Amino acid sequence: MPTIWFCLIAVMIAAYVVLDGFDLGAGVIHFWVAKDDAERQLVIRSIGPVWDGNEVWLIAAGGTLYFAFPALYASSFSGFYLPLMIVLWLLILRGIAVEFRGHLTAAVWLKFWDVVFAGSSLLLAVFYGAALGNVVRGVPLNEQGYFFEALWTNFRLGQNTGILDWYTIIVGVAALATLALHGALWVGLKTDGPVQARSRSLARRLWWITLALTILVTVVTFSIQPEVPANLTTHPWGYVFPAIALFGLASMWWFMRCQNDFKSFFASCIYITGMLTSVVFGLYPLVLPASTNPAYSLTIQNAKAGEYGLRIGLVWWIIGMALVMGYTIHVYRSFAGKVSADAGEKGY
Amino acid sequence: MLESLTVHRLHFAYTITYHYLFPQLTMGLALLIVILKTLALRTGDEHYDQAARFWAHIFGINFAMGVVTGIPMEFQFGTNWAQFSRAAGGVIGQTLAMEGVFSFFLESSFLGLFLFGEKRLGPRAHWWSAVLVFVGSWLSGYLIVATDAWMQYPVAYRLSTHGEIQLASFWGLLLNPWAIWQYAHNMSGAVITGSFVMASIGAFYLLTKQFQDHAKTFVRVGVIVGLAASLFQLFPTGDAQGRMLAEHQPVTLAAMEGLFATQQGAPIAIIGQPDLQNKRLDNPLQVPHVLSFLTYRRWMSEVKGLDAFPQQDWPDNIPLLYYSYHVMVGLGTIFIAILLLAAWKLRSGTLYASRGVLWALMLSLPFPYIANTAGWMTAEFGRQPWLIYGLMRTAQGVSPQVSSGNVWFTLIGFMGLYTVLSILFLFLVYRVIEHGPREP
Repeated sequence: MPTIWFCLIAVMIAAYVVLDGFDLGAGVIHFWVAKDDAERQLVIRSIGPVWDGNEVWLIAAGGTLYFAFPALYASSFSGFYLPLMIVLWLLILRGIAVEFRGHLTAAVWLKFWDVVFAGSSLLLAVFYGAALGNVVRGVPLNEQGYFFEALWTNFRLGQNTGILDWYTIIVGVAALATLALHGALWVGLKTDGPVQARSRSLARRLWWITLALTILVTVVTFSIQPEVPANLTTHPWGYVFPAIALFGLASMWWFMRCQNDFKSFFASCIYITGMLTSVVFGLYPLVLPASTNPAYSLTIQNAKAGEYGLRIGLVWWIIGMALVMGYTIHVYRSFAGKVSADAGEKGY
Repeated sequence: MLESLTVHRLHFAYTITYHYLFPQLTMGLALLIVILKTLALRTGDEHYDQAARFWAHIFGINFAMGVVTGIPMEFQFGTNWAQFSRAAGGVIGQTLAMEGVFSFFLESSFLGLFLFGEKRLGPRAHWWSAVLVFVGSWLSGYLIVATDAWMQYPVAYRLSTHGEIQLASFWGLLLNPWAIWQYAHNMSGAVITGSFVMASIGAFYLLTKQFQDHAKTFVRVGVIVGLAASLFQLFPTGDAQGRMLAEHQPVTLAAMEGLFATQQGAPIAIIGQPDLQNKRLDNPLQVPHVLSFLTYRRWMSEVKGLDAFPQQDWPDNIPLLYYSYHVMVGLGTIFIAILLLAAWKLRSGTLYASRGVLWALMLSLPFPYIANTAGWMTAEFGRQPWLIYGLMRTAQGVSPQVSSGNVWFTLIGFMGLYTVLSILFLFLVYRVIEHGPREP
């Protein structure tokens, strides 16, 4: 039962990263692909109707983590206190920038909202990557299962780590490149004209950066977290996850060459899902490794909630998710197609 | 220097109090918009659609504020109250996760359609999108109230061998009797806020002689719905909550009422200041026997005072609890008085010209917010010193590794950010009100 929940939460987090990832990525590349106000409005409108629904996945994943693995939720949220609060502030600022851009339309304010939107998106992408890096590297858990990390200490690995060290910064930058690429493919898919042309050419350059960083992160991760190669050696079928990621990355390159925007965006979704599932497979059954003493690590067994709660939860979770699939498809259909400069929808 | 527990409590109190200013209007307006859309559908009168569109603008801005200030709430259980989350997450994580899975997806999907899809959807489908937004927001309210109700009156759990609190009955948690009364009381409080906001803006338009047709609709709907909700707030929901308190949290009831000594035929205090040094109510204005009657339906029944309980179980801020409760009840009584007068004038057809009553309605806008806030303060101060009543003390629930310096840092950060949000919110809503219910 805890294994099922481990997988379901991994799926929810992957869904969040794939969905909110493209609107974060659109924010990161905002100033590169859109050169004047009309073009920037186009970028914002391409994510306008969907970005807040994408963020609901974060809430739903957080809530599900809370009830399925309370000890993990308690330990990681209090240990990552500062970065989480900063993430919250960035999410709030970014939400304001997207929503209020259409209301306060004097030229100075437009510039201001654009900078807030792009800056908060960029920092969020880096922070998410760094958070993932922290989970993989391990945190200084004490005997009671709690820890607290400062934002940075000496940027080295070891017992006294901060949120940011050289490893987590590399993962953060890799996440930034991946999500920027993902966002560029989305904007290319949803727009046409010069914005589309710039997005496509930016995506081609970002692909090479993402490739280089993927190799780097993989090599470094294998050396600092022995659990990952060990899991792959004992369960070789797990190579299917990195294979999915590689397949996504390769097919992305191919579809970008064919200028097939939809398929290259879809390939990027596959790549991100493959990378995240590789990580969680590599750590299983750990959910939060301890850098202090391996015995203090949180696993699915010592972090799980009661058996009855997990079983009853599965029933409502399946019903709820079936409904969510329904609405999500409904909304994406209603807002399908390209956004153009003269469409009559007000508000974005 | 405050100890770190106090700063953690301030952090949660500040962020939740600010957050709840928005959902109460969201939930109240959601119902009122459904009423307007239903009137539009039944009468086929464009007038009601225009009215609904005007309120949808305010609803959209208010909803966005509720979302961005609500996300931090779910995180704070883990960031600031880690020991509580670890022990009780298996129970209250259920209701919080269900809120995400059932309500938020529903609301966010259909709100987009409701706000931007009126032309595309047609009248009947647009009415449905309004109804689903209403259902989503009211469901969300239930799941949050059920979470709080479990902390007030824990049911449906068992203790594991490691001291964790595990869920024992899913329906027991969802159908907690405390949750049902608290929900009814809370939702009618939200409807009161929505009704007063609607009536108040209507009164403003009437007094300034703008948009008079719509203004009359706003005042009429606001007064009728608001009166029904205000009466429901007093009886049966408020009364039932008082009697649940008497049964399950008698020490809280004594502290709320400022009743220091156990007595038969206990009086109810209208005004007075709790004096903890001398254990009495200073300058009291009391009505004899009424507390006994309200609590047990007998004029001479005995009501336990604070002296009947060990001091370590007393709520830790009795004066604030006492004042919150009295502010809530006092304002609730004033609402009933104003709305009865307005409804009487409405029946006799003179309301739209009664400048005095219109002024009262217009100026009353902030008070339902204060009453709702005071009500929640009563519930949460009343629960102290317990985090989960009878099971876990507040001091045992805090995050052990998060120092007060870090909590001050984020509390100050939230204060700054929320100040900016308040300015933007007021500015945008003001513009909508100034533009009024007309086509752009």
